[in-house]
Amino acid sequence: MSKKILTTPISDEALAELNVGDIVYLTGHLVTCRDVAHRRLIELKQKLPVDIKDGAIFHAGPIVREKEDGSYEMVSIGPTTSMRMEKFERQFIAETGVKLIIGKGGMGEETAKGCLENKAVHAVFPGGCAVVAATKVEEIEQAEWKDLGMPETLWVSRVREFGPLIISIDSKGRNIFEENKKTFNERKGAILKKIHDQVKFIK
Amino acid sequence: MSHENSVEYMSDIMTKFTSYIGKRLPRDVKNKQAELRKKEKNPMAIEIYDTMAENQEAADKLDRPSCQDTGVIQYFIKVGAKFPLLGELEDILRNATLEATRKGPLRHNAVETFEEKNTGTNAGSKIPWLDWDIVPGEDTATIEVYMAGGGCTLPGSAKVLMPGEGYEGVADFVFDVITSRGINACPPLLVGVGVSTSVETAARLSKKAILRPVDTRNPNAKAALMEDLLESGLNEVGIGPQGLTGDNTVMGVNIESSARHPSTIGVAVSTGCWAHRRGTIKFNPDLSYEVLSHDGVIL
Repeated sequence: MSKKILTTPISDEALAELNVGDIVYLTGHLVTCRDVAHRRLIELKQKLPVDIKDGAIFHAGPIVREKEDGSYEMVSIGPTTSMRMEKFERQFIAETGVKLIIGKGGMGEETAKGCLENKAVHAVFPGGCAVVAATKVEEIEQAEWKDLGMPETLWVSRVREFGPLIISIDSKGRNIFEENKKTFNERKGAILKKIHDQVKFIK
Repeated sequence: MSHENSVEYMSDIMTKFTSYIGKRLPRDVKNKQAELRKKEKNPMAIEIYDTMAENQEAADKLDRPSCQDTGVIQYFIKVGAKFPLLGELEDILRNATLEATRKGPLRHNAVETFEEKNTGTNAGSKIPWLDWDIVPGEDTATIEVYMAGGGCTLPGSAKVLMPGEGYEGVADFVFDVITSRGINACPPLLVGVGVSTSVETAARLSKKAILRPVDTRNPNAKAALMEDLLESGLNEVGIGPQGLTGDNTVMGVNIESSARHPSTIGVAVSTGCWAHRRGTIKFNPDLSYEVLSHDGVIL
Protein backbone atom coordinates (compact mmCIF):
# COMPACT_ATOMS: atom_id res chain seq x y z
CA MET A 1 0.00 0.00 0.00
CA SER A 2 1.42 3.38 -0.95
CA LYS A 3 1.62 6.20 1.57
CA LYS A 4 -1.23 8.72 1.52
CA ILE A 5 0.43 12.12 1.44
CA LEU A 6 -1.24 15.49 1.99
CA THR A 7 0.51 18.59 0.68
CA THR A 8 0.01 22.21 1.72
CA PRO A 9 -2.04 24.11 0.63
CA ILE A 10 -4.52 21.38 1.54
CA SER A 11 -7.63 21.07 -0.62
CA ASP A 12 -11.11 20.18 0.58
CA GLU A 13 -11.13 17.30 -1.91
CA ALA A 14 -8.03 15.68 -0.37
CA LEU A 15 -9.64 15.81 3.07
CA ALA A 16 -13.06 14.61 1.86
CA GLU A 17 -11.57 11.19 1.12
CA LEU A 18 -10.18 10.76 4.63
CA ASN A 19 -11.97 8.93 7.43
CA VAL A 20 -11.17 8.49 11.10
CA GLY A 21 -8.50 5.83 11.60
CA ASP A 22 -6.78 6.53 8.25
CA ILE A 23 -3.02 7.04 8.35
CA VAL A 24 -1.55 9.91 6.30
CA TYR A 25 1.68 11.93 5.97
CA LEU A 26 2.23 15.65 5.38
CA THR A 27 4.58 17.41 2.97
CA GLY A 28 4.80 21.19 2.93
CA HIS A 29 4.56 23.71 5.76
CA LEU A 30 3.72 23.04 9.37
CA VAL A 31 3.41 25.72 12.07
CA THR A 32 3.62 25.02 15.79
CA CYS A 33 0.76 26.65 17.61
CA ARG A 34 -0.42 25.95 21.14
CA ASP A 35 -1.96 27.43 24.30
CA VAL A 36 -0.91 31.06 24.30
CA ALA A 37 -1.12 31.53 20.52
CA HIS A 38 -4.72 30.27 20.62
CA ARG A 39 -5.49 32.56 23.54
CA ARG A 40 -3.90 35.58 21.82
CA LEU A 41 -5.93 35.07 18.64
CA ILE A 42 -9.29 34.33 20.25
CA GLU A 43 -9.33 36.22 23.54
CA LEU A 44 -6.87 39.03 22.92
CA LYS A 45 -7.91 39.49 19.26
CA GLN A 46 -4.30 39.62 18.06
CA LYS A 47 -3.68 38.69 14.44
CA LEU A 48 -1.67 35.50 14.00
CA PRO A 49 1.77 36.46 12.62
CA VAL A 50 1.68 33.59 10.08
CA ASP A 51 -0.96 32.94 7.41
CA ILE A 52 -2.17 29.36 7.91
CA LYS A 53 -5.17 29.39 5.56
CA ASP A 54 -5.41 25.90 3.96
CA GLY A 55 -2.38 25.01 6.06
CA ALA A 56 -1.46 22.80 8.97
CA ILE A 57 -0.72 23.51 12.62
CA PHE A 58 0.99 21.30 15.16
CA HIS A 59 0.08 21.40 18.85
CA ALA A 60 3.70 21.14 19.88
CA GLY A 61 6.47 22.86 21.76
CA PRO A 62 9.78 21.73 20.34
CA ILE A 63 13.41 21.77 21.43
CA VAL A 64 15.18 24.07 18.98
CA ARG A 65 18.91 24.76 18.82
CA GLU A 66 20.02 28.17 17.57
CA LYS A 67 23.07 27.82 15.36
CA GLU A 68 25.93 30.30 15.19
CA ASP A 69 24.72 31.79 11.89
CA GLY A 70 21.35 32.59 13.52
CA SER A 71 19.49 29.76 11.80
CA TYR A 72 17.64 27.08 13.76
CA GLU A 73 17.88 23.32 14.04
CA MET A 74 14.88 21.19 15.04
CA VAL A 75 16.24 18.86 17.72
CA SER A 76 13.10 17.22 19.07
CA ILE A 77 9.45 17.92 18.30
CA GLY A 78 6.46 15.88 19.37
CA PRO A 79 2.79 16.62 19.94
CA THR A 80 1.33 18.08 23.10
CA THR A 81 -2.12 17.38 24.60
CA SER A 82 -4.62 18.76 22.07
CA MET A 83 -7.47 18.85 24.57
CA ARG A 84 -5.92 21.94 26.16
CA MET A 85 -6.84 23.87 23.01
CA GLU A 86 -10.46 22.59 22.92
CA LYS A 87 -11.78 25.83 24.41
CA PHE A 88 -10.50 27.82 21.40
CA GLU A 89 -10.21 25.44 18.45
CA ARG A 90 -13.62 25.77 16.79
CA GLN A 91 -13.27 29.53 16.53
CA PHE A 92 -9.59 29.20 15.67
CA ILE A 93 -10.45 27.02 12.64
CA ALA A 94 -13.17 29.44 11.53
CA GLU A 95 -10.92 32.52 11.80
CA THR A 96 -7.72 31.10 10.32
CA GLY A 97 -9.00 28.66 7.70
CA VAL A 98 -6.54 26.01 8.91
CA LYS A 99 -7.26 22.56 7.44
CA LEU A 100 -5.12 20.14 9.41
CA ILE A 101 -4.60 20.19 13.16
CA ILE A 102 -2.01 17.75 14.43
CA GLY A 103 -1.69 16.89 18.09
CA LYS A 104 -1.99 14.18 20.65
CA GLY A 105 -5.03 12.58 22.27
CA GLY A 106 -8.58 13.50 21.44
CA MET A 107 -10.43 16.76 21.08
CA GLY A 108 -14.04 17.41 22.02
CA GLU A 109 -17.39 18.11 20.44
CA GLU A 110 -16.71 21.76 19.69
CA THR A 111 -13.61 21.00 17.63
CA ALA A 112 -15.51 18.25 15.80
CA LYS A 113 -18.17 20.86 14.95
CA GLY A 114 -15.45 23.23 13.75
CA CYS A 115 -14.00 20.47 11.53
CA LEU A 116 -17.42 19.72 10.06
CA GLU A 117 -18.29 23.39 9.42
CA ASN A 118 -14.96 24.27 7.81
CA LYS A 119 -13.98 20.93 6.26
CA ALA A 120 -10.91 20.48 8.42
CA VAL A 121 -9.45 17.44 10.23
CA HIS A 122 -7.62 16.64 13.46
CA ALA A 123 -4.89 14.00 13.40
CA VAL A 124 -2.75 12.33 16.04
CA PHE A 125 1.02 12.02 15.75
CA PRO A 126 2.17 9.42 18.30
CA GLY A 127 3.20 11.29 21.45
CA GLY A 128 6.75 10.95 22.68
CA CYS A 129 8.11 10.19 19.19
CA ALA A 130 9.81 13.54 18.92
CA VAL A 131 13.04 12.49 17.25
CA VAL A 132 11.21 10.67 14.44
CA ALA A 133 9.22 13.88 13.95
CA ALA A 134 12.32 16.10 14.01
CA THR A 135 13.98 14.04 11.27
CA LYS A 136 11.02 14.87 8.96
CA VAL A 137 11.67 18.62 9.35
CA GLU A 138 13.77 19.86 6.45
CA GLU A 139 14.19 23.43 7.66
CA ILE A 140 12.84 25.93 10.13
CA GLU A 141 11.97 28.86 7.88
CA GLN A 142 10.57 31.36 10.35
CA ALA A 143 10.04 31.96 14.08
CA GLU A 144 7.30 34.29 15.31
CA TRP A 145 6.19 35.47 18.75
CA LYS A 146 9.54 34.47 20.20
CA ASP A 147 8.67 36.48 23.31
CA LEU A 148 6.62 33.45 24.38
CA GLY A 149 9.73 31.32 24.92
CA MET A 150 10.91 28.17 23.18
CA PRO A 151 7.85 25.91 23.63
CA GLU A 152 5.26 28.55 22.68
CA THR A 153 6.98 30.28 19.76
CA LEU A 154 5.32 29.76 16.36
CA TRP A 155 7.97 27.75 14.52
CA VAL A 156 7.30 27.57 10.79
CA SER A 157 8.83 24.38 9.41
CA ARG A 158 9.09 22.82 5.97
CA VAL A 159 8.41 19.11 6.39
CA ARG A 160 8.62 16.04 4.18
CA GLU A 161 6.36 13.02 4.71
CA PHE A 162 5.72 14.04 8.28
CA GLY A 163 3.88 11.23 10.07
CA PRO A 164 2.33 8.77 10.74
CA LEU A 165 -0.72 10.95 11.28
CA ILE A 166 -3.82 9.09 12.41
CA ILE A 167 -7.05 10.90 11.54
CA SER A 168 -9.00 11.30 14.77
CA ILE A 169 -11.68 13.83 13.65
CA ASP A 170 -12.61 13.77 9.97
CA SER A 171 -14.21 16.48 7.85
CA LYS A 172 -17.59 14.77 8.25
CA GLY A 173 -17.33 15.42 11.99
CA ARG A 174 -16.69 11.86 13.16
CA ASN A 175 -14.60 11.82 16.31
CA ILE A 176 -12.75 8.57 17.05
CA PHE A 177 -11.84 9.52 20.64
CA GLU A 178 -15.41 10.41 21.59
CA GLU A 179 -16.60 7.12 20.10
CA ASN A 180 -13.89 5.18 21.96
CA LYS A 181 -14.70 6.96 25.21
CA LYS A 182 -18.24 5.56 25.10
CA THR A 183 -16.88 2.03 24.62
CA PHE A 184 -14.37 2.47 27.45
CA ASN A 185 -17.08 3.68 29.82
CA GLU A 186 -19.39 0.80 28.96
CA ARG A 187 -16.63 -1.72 29.69
CA LYS A 188 -15.63 0.03 32.90
CA GLY A 189 -18.81 -0.67 34.85
CA ALA A 190 -18.66 -4.45 34.56
CA ILE A 191 -14.92 -4.59 35.30
CA LEU A 192 -15.27 -2.45 38.44
CA LYS A 193 -18.09 -4.62 39.72
CA LYS A 194 -15.75 -7.63 39.65
CA ILE A 195 -12.99 -5.68 41.41
CA HIS A 196 -15.31 -4.33 44.14
CA ASP A 197 -16.10 -7.83 45.38
CA GLN A 198 -12.40 -8.56 45.89
CA VAL A 199 -11.32 -5.33 47.61
CA LYS A 200 -13.83 -5.15 50.45
CA PHE A 201 -10.93 -5.00 52.92
CA ILE A 202 -12.94 -2.93 55.44
CA LYS A 203 -15.18 -5.36 57.26
CA MET B 1 39.87 15.22 45.70
CA SER B 2 39.54 18.61 47.36
CA HIS B 3 36.09 19.57 48.59
CA GLU B 4 35.69 22.04 45.73
CA ASN B 5 36.71 19.44 43.15
CA SER B 6 34.30 16.93 44.66
CA VAL B 7 31.39 19.35 44.23
CA GLU B 8 32.41 20.05 40.66
CA TYR B 9 32.80 16.34 39.89
CA MET B 10 29.40 15.37 41.27
CA SER B 11 27.73 18.30 39.45
CA ASP B 12 29.28 17.09 36.22
CA ILE B 13 28.09 13.50 36.71
CA MET B 14 24.57 14.67 37.59
CA THR B 15 24.53 16.99 34.54
CA LYS B 16 25.42 14.08 32.29
CA PHE B 17 22.99 11.71 33.98
CA THR B 18 20.12 14.22 33.77
CA SER B 19 20.74 14.64 30.02
CA TYR B 20 21.15 10.90 29.57
CA ILE B 21 17.79 9.90 30.97
CA GLY B 22 16.01 12.28 28.58
CA LYS B 23 17.36 10.23 25.71
CA ARG B 24 17.11 6.61 26.87
CA LEU B 25 14.38 4.77 28.72
CA PRO B 26 15.14 2.73 31.84
CA ARG B 27 15.57 -1.02 31.50
CA ASP B 28 12.20 -2.00 33.03
CA VAL B 29 10.20 0.39 30.82
CA LYS B 30 12.04 -0.73 27.67
CA ASN B 31 11.41 -4.40 28.43
CA LYS B 32 7.75 -3.80 29.20
CA GLN B 33 7.22 -2.01 25.91
CA ALA B 34 8.73 -4.85 23.92
CA GLU B 35 6.45 -7.24 25.79
CA LEU B 36 3.32 -5.15 25.08
CA ARG B 37 4.25 -4.83 21.41
CA LYS B 38 4.46 -8.62 21.16
CA LYS B 39 1.03 -9.08 22.74
CA GLU B 40 -0.67 -6.49 20.53
CA LYS B 41 -2.95 -7.60 17.69
CA ASN B 42 -4.59 -4.31 16.65
CA PRO B 43 -2.77 -3.05 13.47
CA MET B 44 -3.02 0.67 14.32
CA ALA B 45 -1.64 -0.03 17.80
CA ILE B 46 1.20 -2.06 16.29
CA GLU B 47 2.09 0.84 13.97
CA ILE B 48 2.24 3.14 17.01
CA TYR B 49 4.44 0.74 19.02
CA ASP B 50 6.77 0.47 16.03
CA THR B 51 7.01 4.25 15.71
CA MET B 52 7.85 4.40 19.43
CA ALA B 53 10.63 1.83 18.98
CA GLU B 54 11.97 3.64 15.91
CA ASN B 55 11.96 6.87 17.94
CA GLN B 56 13.98 5.38 20.79
CA GLU B 57 16.57 4.04 18.36
CA ALA B 58 16.82 7.42 16.64
CA ALA B 59 17.12 9.25 19.97
CA ASP B 60 19.95 6.96 21.04
CA LYS B 61 21.76 7.17 17.71
CA LEU B 62 21.38 10.94 17.24
CA ASP B 63 21.91 11.59 20.96
CA ARG B 64 18.75 13.70 21.28
CA PRO B 65 15.93 13.92 23.84
CA SER B 66 13.46 11.21 22.82
CA CYS B 67 10.45 13.36 23.71
CA GLN B 68 10.47 17.11 23.16
CA ASP B 69 8.88 17.61 26.55
CA THR B 70 11.79 17.01 28.85
CA GLY B 71 9.58 18.08 31.72
CA VAL B 72 10.15 19.98 34.88
CA ILE B 73 13.11 18.29 36.52
CA GLN B 74 12.41 16.53 39.79
CA TYR B 75 15.03 14.86 41.97
CA PHE B 76 14.05 12.33 44.62
CA ILE B 77 16.93 12.07 47.02
CA LYS B 78 17.59 9.38 49.57
CA VAL B 79 20.75 10.48 51.28
CA GLY B 80 22.64 9.33 54.32
CA ALA B 81 23.14 11.94 57.04
CA LYS B 82 26.85 11.13 56.79
CA PHE B 83 27.16 11.60 53.01
CA PRO B 84 30.07 14.06 52.64
CA LEU B 85 28.28 16.41 50.18
CA LEU B 86 24.87 16.46 51.88
CA GLY B 87 25.08 20.21 52.46
CA GLU B 88 26.06 20.90 48.83
CA LEU B 89 23.50 18.62 47.15
CA GLU B 90 20.92 21.34 46.58
CA ASP B 91 23.45 23.49 44.69
CA ILE B 92 24.84 20.48 42.85
CA LEU B 93 21.40 19.48 41.53
CA ARG B 94 20.42 23.02 40.60
CA ASN B 95 23.66 23.37 38.64
CA ALA B 96 23.10 19.98 37.02
CA THR B 97 19.69 21.19 35.79
CA LEU B 98 21.13 24.43 34.39
CA GLU B 99 23.98 22.63 32.64
CA ALA B 100 21.84 19.77 31.31
CA THR B 101 19.48 22.39 29.86
CA ARG B 102 22.35 23.84 27.82
CA LYS B 103 24.10 20.60 26.95
CA GLY B 104 21.16 18.14 26.67
CA PRO B 105 19.60 20.27 25.37
CA LEU B 106 16.40 20.27 27.40
CA ARG B 107 13.27 22.23 26.53
CA HIS B 108 12.75 25.32 28.66
CA ASN B 109 9.89 24.32 30.92
CA ALA B 110 10.09 26.49 34.01
CA VAL B 111 7.48 29.24 33.87
CA GLU B 112 7.56 31.50 36.92
CA THR B 113 4.09 31.26 38.46
CA PHE B 114 2.09 34.53 38.55
CA GLU B 115 4.89 36.29 36.65
CA GLU B 116 4.05 34.01 33.69
CA LYS B 117 7.54 34.29 32.33
CA ASN B 118 9.58 31.35 31.08
CA THR B 119 12.91 31.54 32.91
CA GLY B 120 14.68 29.96 29.94
CA THR B 121 16.90 27.88 32.22
CA ASN B 122 14.62 25.15 33.63
CA ALA B 123 15.27 26.61 37.06
CA GLY B 124 12.84 28.77 38.98
CA SER B 125 11.36 29.07 42.44
CA LYS B 126 11.69 25.65 44.06
CA ILE B 127 12.45 24.16 40.62
CA PRO B 128 14.20 21.75 40.07
CA TRP B 129 11.91 20.13 42.63
CA LEU B 130 13.79 18.31 45.37
CA ASP B 131 12.20 15.61 47.49
CA TRP B 132 14.32 14.57 50.47
CA ASP B 133 14.61 11.42 52.54
CA ILE B 134 17.47 11.69 55.02
CA VAL B 135 18.68 8.33 56.30
CA PRO B 136 20.37 8.45 59.73
CA GLY B 137 23.72 6.73 59.97
CA GLU B 138 24.15 6.08 56.23
CA ASP B 139 26.86 7.61 54.03
CA THR B 140 25.60 7.04 50.47
CA ALA B 141 23.26 9.06 48.25
CA THR B 142 20.70 7.53 45.88
CA ILE B 143 19.19 10.06 43.49
CA GLU B 144 16.23 9.49 41.21
CA VAL B 145 15.90 11.91 38.31
CA TYR B 146 12.43 12.26 36.87
CA MET B 147 11.33 14.39 33.94
CA ALA B 148 7.77 15.36 34.77
CA GLY B 149 6.24 16.13 31.37
CA GLY B 150 3.05 18.13 30.93
CA GLY B 151 1.07 15.36 29.24
CA CYS B 152 1.57 12.78 31.92
CA THR B 153 1.24 15.30 34.74
CA LEU B 154 -2.20 16.52 33.62
CA PRO B 155 -4.17 13.45 34.76
CA GLY B 156 -2.76 13.77 38.29
CA SER B 157 -5.51 13.83 40.86
CA ALA B 158 -6.07 13.41 44.60
CA LYS B 159 -9.10 13.17 46.83
CA VAL B 160 -10.10 12.13 50.33
CA LEU B 161 -12.79 9.44 50.51
CA MET B 162 -15.05 8.60 53.42
CA PRO B 163 -14.37 5.20 54.94
CA GLY B 164 -17.80 4.04 53.79
CA GLU B 165 -16.57 4.28 50.20
CA GLY B 166 -13.85 1.79 51.07
CA TYR B 167 -11.21 0.40 48.73
CA GLU B 168 -14.05 0.05 46.22
CA GLY B 169 -13.99 3.86 46.07
CA VAL B 170 -10.24 3.76 45.54
CA ALA B 171 -10.71 1.47 42.52
CA ASP B 172 -13.47 3.72 41.12
CA PHE B 173 -11.26 6.78 41.51
CA VAL B 174 -8.31 5.18 39.71
CA PHE B 175 -10.50 4.04 36.82
CA ASP B 176 -12.19 7.45 36.51
CA VAL B 177 -8.85 9.24 36.30
CA ILE B 178 -7.40 6.85 33.73
CA THR B 179 -10.42 6.50 31.45
CA SER B 180 -11.28 10.20 31.46
CA ARG B 181 -7.88 11.89 31.49
CA GLY B 182 -5.29 9.17 31.02
CA ILE B 183 -6.21 8.76 27.36
CA ASN B 184 -4.37 11.94 26.40
CA ALA B 185 -1.30 11.21 28.51
CA CYS B 186 0.50 8.91 26.04
CA PRO B 187 -0.54 5.43 27.17
CA PRO B 188 0.49 2.70 27.89
CA LEU B 189 0.87 4.43 31.26
CA LEU B 190 2.58 3.47 34.46
CA VAL B 191 -0.09 4.22 37.05
CA GLY B 192 1.00 5.21 40.55
CA VAL B 193 -1.59 5.08 43.31
CA GLY B 194 -1.10 6.47 46.80
CA VAL B 195 -3.47 5.25 49.50
CA SER B 196 -2.98 7.23 52.65
CA THR B 197 -4.53 9.67 55.06
CA SER B 198 -4.80 13.03 53.25
CA VAL B 199 -4.35 14.59 49.82
CA GLU B 200 -0.70 15.55 50.18
CA THR B 201 0.49 12.28 51.72
CA ALA B 202 -1.41 10.27 49.11
CA ALA B 203 -0.09 12.47 46.30
CA ARG B 204 3.54 12.11 47.38
CA LEU B 205 3.16 8.33 47.68
CA SER B 206 1.51 8.12 44.24
CA LYS B 207 4.59 9.76 42.77
CA LYS B 208 6.88 7.43 44.74
CA ALA B 209 4.85 4.58 43.25
CA ILE B 210 5.79 5.47 39.67
CA LEU B 211 9.45 5.62 40.65
CA ARG B 212 9.22 1.95 41.56
CA PRO B 213 10.13 -0.33 38.65
CA VAL B 214 7.40 -1.73 36.39
CA ASP B 215 6.43 -5.29 37.36
CA THR B 216 7.38 -4.93 41.03
CA ARG B 217 4.74 -5.69 43.62
CA ASN B 218 3.89 -4.09 46.95
CA PRO B 219 5.08 -6.35 49.80
CA ASN B 220 1.64 -6.23 51.43
CA ALA B 221 -0.48 -9.07 49.99
CA LYS B 222 -3.72 -7.06 49.83
CA ALA B 223 -2.01 -4.10 48.19
CA ALA B 224 -0.39 -6.48 45.69
CA LEU B 225 -3.78 -8.04 44.95
CA MET B 226 -5.19 -4.60 44.32
CA GLU B 227 -2.27 -3.80 41.98
CA ASP B 228 -3.05 -6.97 40.02
CA LEU B 229 -6.77 -6.28 39.87
CA LEU B 230 -6.36 -2.66 38.77
CA GLU B 231 -3.73 -3.59 36.19
CA SER B 232 -5.73 -6.39 34.58
CA GLY B 233 -8.95 -4.38 34.86
CA LEU B 234 -7.49 -1.30 33.17
CA ASN B 235 -5.98 -3.49 30.48
CA GLU B 236 -9.40 -5.00 29.87
CA VAL B 237 -10.73 -1.50 29.09
CA GLY B 238 -8.36 -1.63 26.08
CA ILE B 239 -7.34 2.03 25.81
CA GLY B 240 -4.27 1.05 23.78
CA PRO B 241 -1.19 3.10 22.87
CA GLN B 242 -2.03 6.82 22.47
CA GLY B 243 -5.61 6.10 23.57
CA LEU B 244 -6.53 4.83 20.10
CA THR B 245 -7.60 1.38 21.42
CA GLY B 246 -5.53 -1.78 21.67
CA ASP B 247 -5.10 -4.91 23.71
CA ASN B 248 -3.69 -3.11 26.77
CA THR B 249 -3.89 0.18 28.65
CA VAL B 250 -1.07 0.25 31.16
CA MET B 251 2.52 -0.81 31.68
CA GLY B 252 1.57 -1.48 35.28
CA VAL B 253 -0.10 -0.25 38.45
CA ASN B 254 2.04 0.41 41.54
CA ILE B 255 0.52 1.22 44.92
CA GLU B 256 2.29 2.85 47.86
CA SER B 257 0.54 3.34 51.17
CA SER B 258 0.80 4.65 54.72
CA ALA B 259 -1.36 4.22 57.79
CA ARG B 260 -4.40 6.51 57.77
CA HIS B 261 -6.80 8.32 60.04
CA PRO B 262 -9.82 6.08 60.80
CA SER B 263 -12.19 8.63 59.26
CA THR B 264 -10.36 9.18 55.96
CA ILE B 265 -9.00 7.37 52.93
CA GLY B 266 -6.72 9.67 51.00
CA VAL B 267 -6.19 8.50 47.43
CA ALA B 268 -4.09 9.97 44.64
CA VAL B 269 -3.08 8.98 41.13
CA SER B 270 0.09 9.98 39.29
CA THR B 271 0.85 8.70 35.82
CA GLY B 272 4.03 8.08 33.87
CA CYS B 273 3.73 8.08 30.07
CA TRP B 274 5.11 5.31 27.83
CA ALA B 275 8.25 7.44 27.54
CA HIS B 276 8.66 7.26 31.32
CA ARG B 277 11.99 8.99 31.76
CA ARG B 278 13.43 8.31 35.14
CA GLY B 279 16.81 7.09 36.27
CA THR B 280 18.46 6.02 39.50
CA ILE B 281 22.08 6.67 40.40
CA LYS B 282 23.83 5.76 43.64
CA PHE B 283 26.90 7.56 44.96
CA ASN B 284 29.30 6.16 47.53
CA PRO B 285 31.05 8.53 49.97
CA ASP B 286 34.17 8.53 47.73
CA LEU B 287 31.83 9.59 44.84
CA SER B 288 32.26 6.36 42.92
CA TYR B 289 28.82 5.71 41.46
CA GLU B 290 26.56 3.07 39.99
CA VAL B 291 23.59 3.58 37.66
CA LEU B 292 20.84 1.25 38.86
CA SER B 293 18.12 1.93 36.27
CA HIS B 294 19.90 1.59 32.90
CA ASP B 295 22.32 -0.93 31.39
CA GLY B 296 25.59 -0.02 29.67
CA VAL B 297 25.57 3.66 30.63
CA ILE B 298 28.51 5.77 29.55
CA LEU B 299 28.37 9.21 31.15
